[in-house]
Formats: sequence, structure tokens, C-alpha cells
Amino acid sequence: MRSPRPAASLTDVLDRHLKWVTLGPAVIVFVVLTAFPLANLFLMAASSIRFEQAEEIWTFALWDNFRRLAGDEVFHIALWNTAYFAVVAVAIEMVLGLGLAILVASLNSFKGVTRTVLIIPVLMPPVAIGSMWSLMYGHDFGVFNQIVTGLGFQPINWLGSVDLALYSVIILDVWHWTPFVFLILFAGVEGLPKEVIEAARIDGARNRDLVFKVIIPLMWPAIAVALLFRTILAFKVFDQVFLLTSGGPGTATEVVSLHLYKVFFMQNELGYGAMLSLAIIAATIAFLAVGHRAAAAVGRR
Amino acid sequence: MLVLRGPSRAFGYGLLALGVFLIIAPFLWVGLQSLKYEIEILKGSWIFPPTAFNYEDVLWSRRSDFPKNVVNSIIVASVSTAMVLVIGTLAAYSLSRMRWSRWISATFLGWTLVFNMIPPLTLVGPWYLLFREVGLTETLTALVLTHIALHLPMTIWMMMAFITDVPRDLEEAAMVDGCRRIDAFRRITLPLVTPGLIAAGVLAFVFSWNEFAVALSLTGRHTATVPVAIARFAQQYEVQYGQMAAASILSTIPALVLMFFGQRFVVQGLTLGAVK
Repeated sequence: MRSPRPAASLTDVLDRHLKWVTLGPAVIVFVVLTAFPLANLFLMAASSIRFEQAEEIWTFALWDNFRRLAGDEVFHIALWNTAYFAVVAVAIEMVLGLGLAILVASLNSFKGVTRTVLIIPVLMPPVAIGSMWSLMYGHDFGVFNQIVTGLGFQPINWLGSVDLALYSVIILDVWHWTPFVFLILFAGVEGLPKEVIEAARIDGARNRDLVFKVIIPLMWPAIAVALLFRTILAFKVFDQVFLLTSGGPGTATEVVSLHLYKVFFMQNELGYGAMLSLAIIAATIAFLAVGHRAAAAVGRR
Repeated sequence: MLVLRGPSRAFGYGLLALGVFLIIAPFLWVGLQSLKYEIEILKGSWIFPPTAFNYEDVLWSRRSDFPKNVVNSIIVASVSTAMVLVIGTLAAYSLSRMRWSRWISATFLGWTLVFNMIPPLTLVGPWYLLFREVGLTETLTALVLTHIALHLPMTIWMMMAFITDVPRDLEEAAMVDGCRRIDAFRRITLPLVTPGLIAAGVLAFVFSWNEFAVALSLTGRHTATVPVAIARFAQQYEVQYGQMAAASILSTIPALVLMFFGQRFVVQGLTLGAVK
């Protein structure tokens, strides 16, 4: 038996209600900082909000905001750019990440070094990466154009050309996130049952068959996780685009988060911004639902 | 996995070396630029007299806010990490060990999932109004609060995975011996999930240090964090390339330090979802 202590009263009370004491703070955080703001989005989306002498003036403007959303061509372009960016970048990252994971597992050496090096981009500030790459993409003295001109070609306008800018952003993203895909898939490869692969090899499977008929099907759960994480993150893309191009030239690299930022904080349109936020949330969920369906269909096959 | 022999093995090593080089090369090149005077950067020279001018200018010149930005970033990242670890670990314990009815835990976890999927900028508008209402506009407190909300889902999931790994019997045995539940949590479960706390803590710190979109929207000149400052460097009329390179290199130091310090835990944390 424990002897009663004078200071025990508070802990006793905490202990008796431990269930609520432990979950309560998180519930408060989520209600105040996520659920309430999300609910507020609906109110804001139905209004136009102006500031006059530190006073907020809300007027009903649901239909105006709707009409603006329907006619907002930049938003439509941004939506398309974001989806295109997400699909292309994530597809390349998955292929490279998977290849690298199988390669490192097969070579069976330099595992530690590779992992140490490849974790660096994942943990770097995306803004620092954006600023580094904007230096490297520089037209006159960037390292890419030094290489291009060194090979005897004309310098390339990486960020200023309408056709190329989005691909420049995709190249950066592939550099940034392939290591992350690698880390997840490498953990998956290492967790595979060695006997199964050994058995397939003894049965005469060649390397190509091993990869496509044994390893990839067995790794499907890890692949699905990496795909999901990356797609979610790709849809949120903001930092690097803000640094590299700010959406330009024109609207060539405009993405949804960037457009939203501009509406909120450069045009100061809180009401329409909220309408746009809701549209983006709906689009994100739809995009992921479609992706989920597709992944599940592939997984069944 | 695969058996690579002879030329294909050499080719494999070549590919791996190329991959590692491609990841490191940008850092080396930008590091090189940060040691040059502006004129050498614009000439694109490879051989030049190195100088620490850019670093000195970023860190100690009078027109530079960078030290202030670093202090802001350290405050925001450490306070939000500490809070998120406490709140997240408690919630994870509650969800994995207490008897919550199905729909409550499902609603809670489902909500964290949905919230994690949507771009954080969608909530910046209501946050702005909320903080304006309570007089926290452009304060570090406001930024800390948003970072807690942003990184809580990840922390809860990671800690749940680690807590589930601790056998229930340990706690139950202690409670049979007269230990209160709260002490069983403090003295038995908590020490056993230390690796999880390190992994979640390092990730929460790094993500908070790196976070840009919300910080850009909700901070002012005096509360700007490091990423905001770097973006400002890049957006001035006369871009100062050398300073920009130096600030970028400096901003990666915490991530590098934590990587060498807790790499094993971080990799474990990052890849948790795939293995489980």
C-alpha cells in the first residue's frame, strides 16, 4: 500500500479523470484552431469583409463570391497546374525512389551513407531549397546555364519561359522529394521476406521478373503509403513556387495555394478567399478520393 | 534482393554514386557562391579568393534582421515542439489505452487525417480573423498556436504507434501492485517510448523551423521567422545573391545538426507508416 502524501490531491483528481485529462488538450486545440476556423470559413465565404478604422464590416455577398469563383480563370489554371504538377512530379519520384531503393538493397553496401545523404533534402527548409535553386537556375551565372553554354548551346531561360517554368519547378520537386520516397520504400524493401524472393530465384525467375512480379506486388502497401504522403504534400505545394517564380511567367506556374495567398494577403479579399479555400478543400478531397480509388484498383489487380 | 554481378554490379554502383552526387551537388555549389563577392558570382568563376563577407553581412551588419529572425524561429520551434509533444503524447496515450467509444476515437482520428490533407493556407484567413479578435495579430504566440495545430496530427499518430508497442501487461502489473494509472503512465509507459518522443520531437522541431506559408501570412517585420527572411532576401529589388546563399546555408544548420544527432530515430519516425 502507498502511504498518503500531502501533494497527492491534485494528481489524484487528474488520475480519476485521466481519460479526459489526456485527450482534452488535443480536443481543445482541434476545436479552437481547426474546427472553428473551418466553420468560420463558411460564414466568411458568404460575406464580403472590409476593414474600416480597425472595424470589421461584414456584408452578405454569397452570390457575388460564387459568381467570382465560377469566373476565376486564374483559379482554374492554378487547379490544372497543381494537378498536373502533382501527377508528373510524384510519378517520377515514385519510379526513381523505387529503383534506388531496390538498387541499394541489392548492392547491399553503402546503406548507411546513402540514407544519411538522402535524408538531408527532406529536412531542409523548402524556402532555402527554393532560394538555392533560383540561384542555380539563374540565366546568366546559374550553374545549369554554365553547363549548357559549356557544352556549346544557347543559355536556357529556365524560369522565364512559359513552356519550361513548370518543368523547372517539377525538376526541383523531384530533387527535393525522391529521397523521401526512397526512405519509405527502402524500409519496405528491407522488410520483405527474403525466403520468398530466394524461392522465386531458385525457380528460375530473372531479375526483371523478380522486380515486377515479386518485389513490387509484395511492396504494394509501402508504395501506397509513399504515394499517398507525396500526393498530399504535392497538392500543398507553395514554398518553392513562391521562391522560384511566384506563379509566373504569366500564370504558367500558378498553383492553388499561391493563388489563395494572393487573394488573401495581396488583394485583401477575406470573403472571396474563404470561398476559394472551401473550393480548394473540396478539390483536394476529390483529387485524393480519385487517387485512392485508382490505387485500390491497381492494388486488387 | 536482386543478384547483380560483374558489369551490372559496376553499373549499379555508378548509378548510386550519381544519385548521391546529384543530391549533394546543389549544396556544394550554393556553399561555393556564399563564399564569393557579388562580382565573382556574376562572373560565374570557379576559382576565386574566398571571403566570409556574406556571412558577416547576414549575421552582424546593422541593416540585417537575421539574428532577430533566428531568435524568433528558435522560440517558435522550441515552444511549439514542447507543447505538441505534451499534448500529442497525452492524446495518443488516451486513444490507445483508455476505453473511448468507437465513434469518438474514429471522429477524432478522422478529423486529424482530413486536417492534415488540406493545404494549411486554406485556414489562414479564419486564423487571421481569430487572432485579430483576441489581439494576437503578428505575434509569435499566434504562430506558435498554428504550428501546434499543424503538427499535432503527425505527433499523435507517431506516438500512438510507439505506445501500442509497449505491452499492456506492464502497466496492468504495476496497477495490480497498487500503482495509480497516472503513475503507471509516467513511470512505465513514458520512459519506454523515449525513442518515439525523440523522433516526434525532432520532426516537429524541423517542420516548425521550416514552415513558411503560415509564417509568411501571420508574422510582421518583428516576428518574421528565418524562412520568411530568406524569401525577403530573394524578393528585394536588387537581389543580393551572396547573402541569399549564405542565409540559405545558415538556415539548414539545425536540420543538419539534428540529422547527425538523431538520424536513427528520425528515419524510424519518417518510415513508420510504411513498416506498420
